[in-house]
Amino acid sequence: MKPNTPIERLFNGIVKENPTLVIILGMCPTLAVTTSAMNGIGMGLSTTAVLAMANLFISLLRKIIPDEVRIPAFIVVIASFVTMVDMLMEAYTPALYEQLGIYIPLIVVNCIIFGRAEAYASKNGPVASLFDGIGMGLGFTISITIIGFIRELIGSGAVFGHPIGSLPDYMPSIFVMAPGAFMVLATMIVVRANIINHIEAKRGTRLPVEHTDEPGAQCSGCAFVGSCAGKFQKYEAEFKKEGENK
Amino acid sequence: MNSSSSLIYIIVFSILINNVVLSQFLGICPFLGVSNKVATAAGMGGAVIFVITIASAVAAVIYHFVLLPFNLDYLNTIVFILVIAALVQLVEMFLKKSSPGLYKALGVYLPLITTNCAVLGVVLLNVQNGFNFVQSVVNGFATACGFALSLVIMAGLREKMEYNDIAKPVKGMPFTMFTASLMAIAFCGFAGLK
Repeated sequence: MKPNTPIERLFNGIVKENPTLVIILGMCPTLAVTTSAMNGIGMGLSTTAVLAMANLFISLLRKIIPDEVRIPAFIVVIASFVTMVDMLMEAYTPALYEQLGIYIPLIVVNCIIFGRAEAYASKNGPVASLFDGIGMGLGFTISITIIGFIRELIGSGAVFGHPIGSLPDYMPSIFVMAPGAFMVLATMIVVRANIINHIEAKRGTRLPVEHTDEPGAQCSGCAFVGSCAGKFQKYEAEFKKEGENK
Repeated sequence: MNSSSSLIYIIVFSILINNVVLSQFLGICPFLGVSNKVATAAGMGGAVIFVITIASAVAAVIYHFVLLPFNLDYLNTIVFILVIAALVQLVEMFLKKSSPGLYKALGVYLPLITTNCAVLGVVLLNVQNGFNFVQSVVNGFATACGFALSLVIMAGLREKMEYNDIAKPVKGMPFTMFTASLMAIAFCGFAGLK
């Protein structure tokens, strides 16, 4: 597949570099709002809208924004779109807005959006960036909907808000509470890692995209773009050097 | 006790009952990323307490004296994130000049805090709950203490388990999350205090 075409970008976001399961980005909303599949879809689509628009605009402005102030500039662009989505949801989907609550304004600090702006949109053309945003957003939507579906089914015995017979009476409600979120996500990552290991063993090569704990390695594409261990070690090294110079 | 507004209630609620990491899922990234060693975790916790308390105070002042009088409260999100980003920079510069000791202890962690969703989350929750200045500051401080508490506990557990024999696919991130899950179950017990 040719790189940077719209279809390749969509495939990349949904399958190859799925933000939630492959590069473990945007953990806060993933864990917090996935108490039901509907919530997952709502959160996912609003994030997709912000991601696509922010990517498009940052890509259009990439030659105007000076490199030194790019981070505050990105933050303003992202925060503006989040405010728009926030107001639109309050007006048109009040029930969902109530459910998602504080996590809608917190889309601003979702590391997926910032990570894509920094790693992709600031270096590529507007069309490719738009589709990159849509692909990443749909990948995020699909994975948090799956997590929401599993938690809703096990925790409250319902599918998309419809209870199955008398099942809700027997289900462990801990799965729709906080501990269940960690448990389901951890299990999904284990399953994914197992599949990847299997494929790697079959092909005899390592797959290109992988979360890494090594200091400073491929930071822009990796897990904790906002506050990761690798970046932390980089800062620590710089900090030490600064101390020695004095 | 006059519930939700009394300061003691706010403190207990924010640290134990509604722990910022384990039941509100804010600040998960540093919780999973910077919890390898107790010393690092304590440093990060200290820096977060420092920044969140100051950010709550500044944001409360801006909200009550600038945004509300001019009917600009729909700009909440944009204003707060910029204030936090600028504030972290300012705090860093200020500490560097005025108290090198504190800067040495907390400085490494400061750049990481700007994108920590716990900071913006606390500030927005203060506004949503309609807290006044004192309540906002107390809530900010207590929430940050809750963050530091769970971070240090997590680091303590991970230090103990570092050399355990764990199956390969579970090792690393998933195992940390299972540990977090068990901690969250323990913290669920505090819901009885309500």
